[in-house]
Amino acid sequence: MYGYSGKILHVDLTNRKTWTETKPEEWYKIYIGGVSMASRLCWENIEPGCDPLSPENPICIANGIFAGTPVPVGGKYGIACKSPLTGFIGDSLSGSWFTTAFKRAGWDGFVIHGASDEWIYVFIDDNHVEFRDAKDLMGLDTFATEEAIREEMGDDQVRAAVIGPAGENKVRFANVTNDGRQAGRTGHGAVWGSKKLKALAVRGTSGVTVADPETLLKLSFDIVDAAQGPDTQKYRILGTVSNVLNMNRIGLLPTRNYQQGVFEDAELVSGEHLHDHHKVKVMACAQCPIACEQYSRAIDGPYAGAMTGIEYESLYANSSNLGIGTMETAIKLIDIEDECGMDSMSAGVTISWAMESFEKGVLTKEDFKCAKYPEGFEPAFGNDEAAVTLAEMIRDREGIGDILAQGTKRAAAQIDEERGTESWKWAMQIKGLELPGYDARALKTFALGLAAGTRGGCHNRSAAYDPDIKGETNRFTVDETRGKVARESEEYAAVYDTLPLCKFIRRSFTGRADRAGAWPAIAKLINATTGWDFEYEDIDLIGERAHTIKKAFNIREGWTREDDHLPWRWQHEPLKEGASAGYVVTDEELEYLKDIYYEAKGWTKEGLIPKEKLVELGMDDVAEEIGV
Amino acid sequence: MPTSTSKYQYVTCDATKCVGCQLCEYICSYTKTGEFNTYRSRIRTVRAEEVLVTAVTCRTCEDAPCVIACPRDALTQDSLTGLIRIDAGRCDGCTWCIEACDFGAISINPESKLAEICDQCTDEEDGPQCVKWCPKEALELTTPDRRAQHQRRKLAVEEVLGHR
Repeated sequence: MYGYSGKILHVDLTNRKTWTETKPEEWYKIYIGGVSMASRLCWENIEPGCDPLSPENPICIANGIFAGTPVPVGGKYGIACKSPLTGFIGDSLSGSWFTTAFKRAGWDGFVIHGASDEWIYVFIDDNHVEFRDAKDLMGLDTFATEEAIREEMGDDQVRAAVIGPAGENKVRFANVTNDGRQAGRTGHGAVWGSKKLKALAVRGTSGVTVADPETLLKLSFDIVDAAQGPDTQKYRILGTVSNVLNMNRIGLLPTRNYQQGVFEDAELVSGEHLHDHHKVKVMACAQCPIACEQYSRAIDGPYAGAMTGIEYESLYANSSNLGIGTMETAIKLIDIEDECGMDSMSAGVTISWAMESFEKGVLTKEDFKCAKYPEGFEPAFGNDEAAVTLAEMIRDREGIGDILAQGTKRAAAQIDEERGTESWKWAMQIKGLELPGYDARALKTFALGLAAGTRGGCHNRSAAYDPDIKGETNRFTVDETRGKVARESEEYAAVYDTLPLCKFIRRSFTGRADRAGAWPAIAKLINATTGWDFEYEDIDLIGERAHTIKKAFNIREGWTREDDHLPWRWQHEPLKEGASAGYVVTDEELEYLKDIYYEAKGWTKEGLIPKEKLVELGMDDVAEEIGV
Repeated sequence: MPTSTSKYQYVTCDATKCVGCQLCEYICSYTKTGEFNTYRSRIRTVRAEEVLVTAVTCRTCEDAPCVIACPRDALTQDSLTGLIRIDAGRCDGCTWCIEACDFGAISINPESKLAEICDQCTDEEDGPQCVKWCPKEALELTTPDRRAQHQRRKLAVEEVLGHR
């Protein structure tokens, strides 16, 4: 087999044992890698109904088919477990040097079972596995943890995926971080924390061989060349942060916890402003010829010196969404979140929930007592110092930070139960996952994509905002085409998340990002790597299978039609100003959208998967357990 | 801070352009070993700080310290090109050359246990493959003199036309 070793490493932290599982080539042809393989490993190894923070919830990591080769943007891995935020599948991706070391070490996947009594880290040195004391690493931020491990092992080529203080404190939206990149969303870091696993370090020294290296090199470098052209310009020059002004223009830039879609200070927190005043350096993941990460520094004021990579999703959540129009503050917030290893989107949207709750009198100054402000403070929207203090309190689980560290859904439920309030109405989450930077009240295809998303409200798993914004669909209304559009969007994304390839390369294959433009090129890359003979239809199947295994996991965890919901605000409170004023997604619209989506997927009206559909996809054992 | 004393050409990296993608390491290891293995590359990317990344390989020093250090005369320097040649028959992997090199440009092959160094792909028609394939044009085969000339030209343009 080329492209794979055929071996999955199982590590049992409770008994400090390891074993190797071998998988047949047919299994790889179905699950491929990335989020699909990681989710399949969850299906095989997770005790259904388990508490996500218990030892019964293993961490499943699956490498990419192209990791460790020159295939552009193929240096990515998938990570999945049952999410402590949603209770459903929590699948994520991260990229860069860790991934390639993992590949060279000769493993296709890791499954980390159980939980340790003492804080440890696991060092995988090619074939050899060591359980090492992590006492001296405790409290270190993410970058420092990686550096400390390299120092301890005496080798710069040791790469580590780690948690920071947020993961140690089991913040439910803590991330796993490697090489400055985060596997974001759905709280894998908290699961690592629950296992007392500080890091997974890898040294891989073996070469990666592929079926047809000459062809793979040629294909790769053609894409490398294309990726220096106009198709990736947005990512190379401004980065994803260019979205701030675009979203503001169409009146859908989340502002003050999604109460508004237009931010009066949008210019000051725009990608253009960041580029002109704060940019330090652009960095790339391993194997990436695009380089989109805009490292930026706060220059003036109390947060001068803070520096980190800034993306649109981090930026909206920590600026307009908090009513904050100062770039230095946004950079400081994202820097805190990246360093301590927590999801900057969930953190921002949780802080905005707290700010709105304060403004509405649900929370009071008393609730915000902490060591820094013993009398409490008043976190109104736009209060920079309050936002920064709240991020620190979440990280440390200090005071009200302990409640906020559970995410908006649980925080609102707890406060509402104690106080008889209705703050859940402005908890901006779907399935417990805080929302991305697109207000979907007037992006109705995307609203469906978010509601139906297997990991909750996520823009990476459904890109149905794209047809809405481009005008390929009427974003203000619903019609019978939307089920199919939403299905195609999520399965398109699932192909990239499974190989995985970063989606920013999607136009660089042929200049066209659609299936006809990308699938033949992707099939050629797969075939040169593995020696298989994949065709266009097989690439479609990769996406459908990836999405199906995640959905199947959710069904086994008790998913029902009601779980595909939207936040109350998007259904009942129209935006008052801007180009999207006046719209909500009504109950009737949402139920209709779900109907036509389940139909487009070939599922039942209840959203369950027919047995024959699963058998058709080669998932007989899944059909047996959850097929109807 | 050691600097090369070379009059010869070597592969140099502009750290303001390098983004740390490691494609140079992939192409180098493939050219030299037939496998993709950054661990075997003769040019190495280094991420020294969060935003400091560059690539380093042999700088073809004049009177190369590695050659002087070798106790078995396994290393020789080509007087025309400055390239360091390692005689596999003489090298015994003692690593003295590695200790002598200010640039960390020499490594030990994990299989043969012998020293390896950049040869600027002299057997490839189009020269160093890392330079050819660097997507950000951060790598260049040049001499210190040539670099200085470029710097002077750049400075002149900037001073006359204004800093961009």
